[in-house]
Amino acid sequence: MTTLAAGRTRAREIAGTVVDPEMPMLTLVDLGVLRDVTESEVGVSVTITPTYSGCPAMATMRDDLVHALSDAGYAEVEVKVSLSPAWSSDWITAEGRRKLRAHGLSAPGPSPTGPVQLSLAPVRRAIDCPRCGSADVRLTSEFGPTACKALYQCNDCLEPFEHVKEI
Amino acid sequence: MDDLDLDHESVYDGLLGGDSSQWAFGTDFEDPLAGVDTMIPAGVDGAALAAYCLMLGDDALIYAHRLSEWTSNAPDLEDDIALANIALDLLGQARLLLARAAAADASVVPQMPEGSPVPPEDALAFFRDEHAFRNMGYVEALNGDFAVTIVRLLLFSSHRLALLQRLATSVDPVLSAIAAKGVKEVTYHRDYAGRWFVTLAGGTEESRRRLVAGLRTVWPTYAELSRSTQVETLASEQRFGVDPAVLTEEVDAVVDHVLAMAALERPDLPPSGTGPMGRIGRHTEEMGHLLAEMQVVARAHPLGKW
Repeated sequence: MTTLAAGRTRAREIAGTVVDPEMPMLTLVDLGVLRDVTESEVGVSVTITPTYSGCPAMATMRDDLVHALSDAGYAEVEVKVSLSPAWSSDWITAEGRRKLRAHGLSAPGPSPTGPVQLSLAPVRRAIDCPRCGSADVRLTSEFGPTACKALYQCNDCLEPFEHVKEI
Repeated sequence: MDDLDLDHESVYDGLLGGDSSQWAFGTDFEDPLAGVDTMIPAGVDGAALAAYCLMLGDDALIYAHRLSEWTSNAPDLEDDIALANIALDLLGQARLLLARAAAADASVVPQMPEGSPVPPEDALAFFRDEHAFRNMGYVEALNGDFAVTIVRLLLFSSHRLALLQRLATSVDPVLSAIAAKGVKEVTYHRDYAGRWFVTLAGGTEESRRRLVAGLRTVWPTYAELSRSTQVETLASEQRFGVDPAVLTEEVDAVVDHVLAMAALERPDLPPSGTGPMGRIGRHTEEMGHLLAEMQVVARAHPLGKW
């Protein structure tokens, strides 16, 4: 049993080194998409959850997990997708948030809870510029280069930056 | 092609030493429901579940394709990106829903030639003929100008959000999970359309004129969103799906709120059409052109790997 437990930890550590293909400063653990790593006699089974339904990074994450674990000597690597519960930006870890900021991205605030509201007013988020720290920022687009991001610009230092959206 | 080295099925594999992980999408398909338990819950008719998933999946697929036509054509870069993102979210929902349809009833999937690597959801998207699609005519209509697109998106996303919120309690755990995820995405779509609706209404004389014209173009088709078929009635009875007719009041309230914010009245125009024609495979003229463009490459290469 000790061996198995140690193995499970090792497989988890290896899976934890795989990074998000779009935001490579984040590991799958930082992003909160790595849900489970279970080792059996024959190999290892990893469960991940998609951030957005159409997120094309899922296939790459799966390939990268298979690659990393195969390289580490696991003969059978199975990657499962768990749709439920749906991923929330709240699952991005504190470490993940620190790394986002260090790389010039703004981390999401708390994800919305309660009944879905229609919001017709301009989006207001209490965020600050990851470059200069100014709170005087403006939304330039609620949609960005990937499904999970909005685009902002700092009114003080003029830095354009990406904000990971609350979902 | 017969003597193609099996280790190099894709011309790119040779360049990479077979390491598909270097490609953004990999060189192989994957099952979007891999590892998801797709057993049909007790009391649910598999064929009805598949038929229902095709309806919601085809709405998302066809509308995603239509919206994607804005790519590189939108009024500015931000809206180009926004509409492409919305299309991508819907495409993702379509993929899961079509895969769910195929898992519930394999007989809905077109027969592919032996050796074809095309997965079931792609066979459904690219190898069905027009009459086999179950989407509403609503999503086939040409985009029109930006105002028409915004009006159509507002009504569609208001309806779909209400639908997905109820579908999140489906007795089918797969449908419930797809819906719960979709709610988060479509909330953004509705907000986007709602904001632009109000902005265009309160913008310039020209933007308001266009919005009003767009509203009059789209309004007669609004009623189609809440027309139900036997499949949806059965889906509601078996508690795996939602009868769209029950959503009317809720969706109307959202739409009326946006209209009020835009200082506009509901157009005094009768609904067009009589029944849910698209849901029984009778489509508008625009559908054939859309499918021709969407399917041509896949159909030219039924054994192709991408």
